[in-house]
Amino acid sequence: PALLRRSVSFCPVFASVTGACQAIQKLTRVRVVDNSALGNTPYHRPPKCIHVYNKTGVGKVGDRILLAIKGEKKKALIVGHKMPGPTMTPRFDSNNVVLIEDNGNPIGTRIKTPIPYSLRQREGEFSKVLAIARNFV
Amino acid sequence: RISSDGKPDKFQPPPKPVIIDKLKQIEERRFLSPEFIPPRGRTDPLKFYIERKDMIQRRKVFNIPEFYVGHVLAVTTADPCADNKASRFVGICIQRGGKGLGATFVLRNVIEDQGVEICYELYNPRIQAIEVLKLEKRLDDNLMYLRDALPEYSTFDVNMKPVTRLDHEEIPLNTLQVRMKPKPWSKRWERPKYNIKGIRFELPENKMKEAQKWSQPWLEFDMLREYDTSKIEEKIWKEVSEALKK
Repeated sequence: PALLRRSVSFCPVFASVTGACQAIQKLTRVRVVDNSALGNTPYHRPPKCIHVYNKTGVGKVGDRILLAIKGEKKKALIVGHKMPGPTMTPRFDSNNVVLIEDNGNPIGTRIKTPIPYSLRQREGEFSKVLAIARNFV
Repeated sequence: RISSDGKPDKFQPPPKPVIIDKLKQIEERRFLSPEFIPPRGRTDPLKFYIERKDMIQRRKVFNIPEFYVGHVLAVTTADPCADNKASRFVGICIQRGGKGLGATFVLRNVIEDQGVEICYELYNPRIQAIEVLKLEKRLDDNLMYLRDALPEYSTFDVNMKPVTRLDHEEIPLNTLQVRMKPKPWSKRWERPKYNIKGIRFELPENKMKEAQKWSQPWLEFDMLREYDTSKIEEKIWKEVSEALKK
């Protein structure tokens, strides 16, 4: 997501106010990483986030989001984003997402791309997603 | 041997063999980690002195090897959520930042077609081991352009064996010219501000000329930006080497 620079112009001193760098928010294009049919069949529009289930509208690793894929709404779990996080955590080159049902069951059967170890802390919610993951970083 | 006179020459003993003591040569080469050098500013030197003491304390317990940007490292960290409580990551060092105890280095690798970068803190007690797998200096200080380069330049085998170092002298310089993905890039690397020598630019001539418009040739002559670290380095090197020998 591009940084937005706005400048405050109604006060005598000009101040440039940068928009905060967001990880995954509404209308970000994401990459589905599991081997589900819905995620891998090509479509003329990329899957986009339409809602983040969070108090702030910003999604980090381990947050649930609502995705619009192939004209359908589907929930998904964020497994990696391009924004740098806390030190010692991995930063991925693409915003990765795993498709999920409402109760937390993943739709795909295998996840080839590496998943951060920090998701293991919330083993209770994501145990099934972690079970199908192959590589951990 | 008969000299030009015709009389036999005095016996000349063969030249004595020159013994190169490798141990002495190791001592000759000095390497001071860049995070020891304090940044330019008006902070009290006492703060840097205390930080250096803590850094030396950590280095006595845990060996941090000498490494530069472009080396391939393997880092094992303690992680409560990983199997065996330890996680290992192999990658090329693309950037070394921060001064003092907050010094960081970023390792990059491409695993299963996904680029992963991890920023590690050098003095974090969670780090259990740092091994240098491949020693290689690159043409630049900052290899952030590898994000926009073809992924083959950032892929390194996770089970790579450490390359043995024969000479205890120079670290080889890799003059590799990296090929990039098509534009747009995350940063305009052709601009002279980044001063990158390690990319093989395949852009047309007019684009390269246009990039030179942003050059600031007066910057190298700016006296207020000068920061001569040679004397500071000497002092700190003496201090650190004496403390580490104890």
